[in-house]
Amino acid sequence: MMHFFQRLGNTTLASFAKLGRSSFFLTHVLSAIPATIIHPRLLINQLYSVGVLSFLIITISGLFVGMVLGLQGFYILSDFGAEETLGIMVAASLVRELGPVVAALLFAGRAGSALTAEIGLMKATEQLSGMEMMAIDPIKRIMAPRFLAGFISMPLLTALFSSIGVMGGHIVGVGILGVDDGSYWSQMQAGLDFQDDIINGVIKSIVFGFAISWISLFEGYDAIPTSEGVSRATTRTVVNSAFTILGLDFILTALMFGDI
Amino acid sequence: MQNTKTQDTLVGLFVASGIVALFFMAMQISNLSSFSDNSVYTVTARFENSGGLKVKSPVTMAGVRVGRVTNISIDQETYESVVEMKIESQYSFPDDTSASIFTAGLLGEQYISLDPGGSETLLAENGLIDITQSAIVLEEIIGQFLFDKAAEE
Repeated sequence: MMHFFQRLGNTTLASFAKLGRSSFFLTHVLSAIPATIIHPRLLINQLYSVGVLSFLIITISGLFVGMVLGLQGFYILSDFGAEETLGIMVAASLVRELGPVVAALLFAGRAGSALTAEIGLMKATEQLSGMEMMAIDPIKRIMAPRFLAGFISMPLLTALFSSIGVMGGHIVGVGILGVDDGSYWSQMQAGLDFQDDIINGVIKSIVFGFAISWISLFEGYDAIPTSEGVSRATTRTVVNSAFTILGLDFILTALMFGDI
Repeated sequence: MQNTKTQDTLVGLFVASGIVALFFMAMQISNLSSFSDNSVYTVTARFENSGGLKVKSPVTMAGVRVGRVTNISIDQETYESVVEMKIESQYSFPDDTSASIFTAGLLGEQYISLDPGGSETLLAENGLIDITQSAIVLEEIIGQFLFDKAAEE
């Protein structure tokens, strides 16, 4: 019995210690961001590996999610003779929820895990200590550009995901199932508000980008410098990012759309 | 590692396509293109009962959307519902225009339909629509019907 309490206390203390370390890490990274903006070469390299290389998976997933929404929405809506409202159904679910959340989950799997593995391996092979020995700040040189790249890429990727999803819904709904082209777009424009829907979706994606970059960089930085440690850190990045995204999404949705 | 120029181009294309997608969402998916604040004027109408009318419900004339409801409040003295709406300034109506609240379809959303009168003067900024017809509340009609049935027997 005492053993159980001892372990509980140990776990609690360890998680608080980790939270503290990650907050220190975040403030360090944030204070190093101005230096990155002045010398954007490293940032462009990271935008390439974080953003451009995630482009394909995001756009293809967006297309298929939109197409499935179009198909399923059509079957349900046509039961009520309301297939004209397919446009608003596809666009609202993509812009408000699916776009930010699914794009963020894919981004965490594609880019977040890669960042953790890269930084964890740098730590395991003592490249980070090597940089410190040469008086190069690894936070400035390695972390800040990657953080900023994730932060910038996420809203752009989410916008791409949602837009292409709407096109996918259009291909299936209008192109194959024969919903009227005019009402697809006009229902969408009548039902979605720029401020309430589009801007809120963008805010969500910015918050998710911040969270994913923070988690994946910190897990790499905090990894135990062995091959097993790096593998565990990579797993933790994906799992923790998924939890964080879904939890934050509920909170943000409640704040933005709900009356809770 | 690819050479720097290719990488720069790809990053540039990526950022540009992201911005195009944001622009597409603003103009094509949302109502930003069809509604801007600088070219509207406000008119008010008083209804006995505004039913299920909501802020942002459409205001139509002959079936064409000409504006949106922007505010619904209650007048404490007359207990009437005061509905403010913004009409796009390209449309103008005579000042004896009447406003009715209708429902789109059997269970659809409620909207305001404007019916122009024959007056020479036009409705101005902050004008008041005098002639109004309240929303039809289904329960009231059913209640009336049952009451009439009972009275017959």
